[in-house]
Amino acid sequence: MSRERAPAGSEHTSPTPSDPTGATRALGASLPNDRRRRRLGTVFLGVCFVATSIGAITLMVLLVDVFLDGIGQLDPEFLGNYASRFADRAGIRAPLFGTFWILLLTGAISFPLSVGAAVYLEEYAPKNWITRIIQVNIANLAGVPSIVYGILGLAVFVRWMGLGRSLIAGALTLSILILPVIIMAAQEAIRAVPDSIRQAAYGLGATRWQVTRRQVLPMAMPGILTGTILALSRAVGETAPLIMIGALSFIAFTPQGLTDQFTVLPLQIYSWISRPGEDFHAIAAAAIIVLLALLLAMNAVAIVLRNRFGRVRSN
Amino acid sequence: MGEAVIGGALFMCAALSTLVTVGIVVVLVGETLVFFRDVPVVEFLTGTEWTPLFAEKNFGVLPLLSGSLLVAIGASVISLPIGLLTAVCLSEFASERVRGVLKPALEILAGIPTVVYGYFALTFITPLIQVLVPSTGTFNALSASIVVGIMIVPTVASLSEDAIRAVPLSLRAGALSLGATRMEVSTRVVLPAALSGIIASFILGISRAIGETMAVTIAAGALPQITANPFEAVQTMTAYIVQVSLGDTPTGTVEYRTIFAVGFALFVITLMMNLASQLFLDRYRERYQ
Repeated sequence: MSRERAPAGSEHTSPTPSDPTGATRALGASLPNDRRRRRLGTVFLGVCFVATSIGAITLMVLLVDVFLDGIGQLDPEFLGNYASRFADRAGIRAPLFGTFWILLLTGAISFPLSVGAAVYLEEYAPKNWITRIIQVNIANLAGVPSIVYGILGLAVFVRWMGLGRSLIAGALTLSILILPVIIMAAQEAIRAVPDSIRQAAYGLGATRWQVTRRQVLPMAMPGILTGTILALSRAVGETAPLIMIGALSFIAFTPQGLTDQFTVLPLQIYSWISRPGEDFHAIAAAAIIVLLALLLAMNAVAIVLRNRFGRVRSN
Repeated sequence: MGEAVIGGALFMCAALSTLVTVGIVVVLVGETLVFFRDVPVVEFLTGTEWTPLFAEKNFGVLPLLSGSLLVAIGASVISLPIGLLTAVCLSEFASERVRGVLKPALEILAGIPTVVYGYFALTFITPLIQVLVPSTGTFNALSASIVVGIMIVPTVASLSEDAIRAVPLSLRAGALSLGATRMEVSTRVVLPAALSGIIASFILGISRAIGETMAVTIAAGALPQITANPFEAVQTMTAYIVQVSLGDTPTGTVEYRTIFAVGFALFVITLMMNLASQLFLDRYRERYQ
């Protein structure tokens, strides 16, 4: 048949009226060609699995590399000391406290705003052009590079509102950065609540807010919390926006209030990486281990919540 | 009464996100317009020298754009095929057990902070490249491309997988029953059917690569130049913005306003790509959902 004359790799034959896809000709293929097709299929399968494992292998190499570089520096003193000009005396007390402050503040700011927005869009919003604009806008905000949020934070919070290089300016900047992420996760969780629940509640005479607060939100909460924690773990790992608002400086104290200067783990890590010298790279690696451990803990909580979410839905 | 107040408050929450966009546009456009009072638009867009922090100042953004593109192209060469093949593997071939290992691995990969990728590029990838090509400098575009590529594999893979999974099973069953091998089903039936979703994932991945900041700042260097040689240092738009905000450039000067002009260029480029990606996504959603 014609496909035997076709050059290797271009087995596709042009469709004919009686055979629109050319597929029946494949059935009539001769035996050697059949074997070649099968072999090609096996090769393709292999290539797919190799490509897929590259991600996992890189992850392993990265983790092992960081662990080997940094584990020697990781001791109680490293966690308890402030930054220092000398690598062997430097610690991460200030960035560790700063990270927890940022985590709490960012969560406290972004969670209510995002859930409010998601509830509005799913339960309240009329289907009109305003709603559509808000929805499209949220999707686009999710794709804006994080450094652009840093520029916004610098212009609005640091300068215009006069908050300076403070904790609150950092937390506000990171909050608007993760706002779209939490909104979209919360919308999905709210959408997954069966409509029958709402209908039943309305049927009993509940108002819209009563339905939302007593029925929809409790059912959607595990999903909303999962999305929030994942978004917060992104905020905890962000560096660029905080550099923009000027948070990268030598800080040898823990913040006491919202208007204090601060530093966080990623900033301290960047500051150590950008110095030449093996010993500063080693303490950078040690700080990375602490950061990754924190993120891992947050992810573990999110996974536990997600599993509970799955059970609630199947009941 | 209470109901109306609550409804209004919730609307304000949703409207806030629009305010954020307005804020971004106002800040970037406002400062960029002031910048263009000192620097002609034509010089900014077509100049081939970028030296705003030197005594002799040049404000041509092309070297920064070229740096961003070089890293993004390098990252695409790595992440697009790997991401797509990963998506095919996860949706067409992998057993539930393999999926159970690979999916979380990809999620972890996506969750690792970019500064950590920067560390990995500088202390692991670059020395590795230097073993193979000894003339490579400490800062080079290739090392940055590799880690940025790895970083956006999860984005490409998960969006592509969504598109591939949306292809109806009946199409696969039809092709299989006509005697096609699984590879033929994947490459000639499933992938063409999922094409618009896959293109959307590619565009979004490249847009992420252009907006990536920390890994390129750490690994690619701070040398704005137009080059296609991945073994040389370059400076991306994002890395330049970081450089200025770390330095002691006085606010209110034209040098300082460059970050808003470059930031605006970055915003426009990524926004265009994200909108294009959204268009392709809507197309496949229309077809199969």
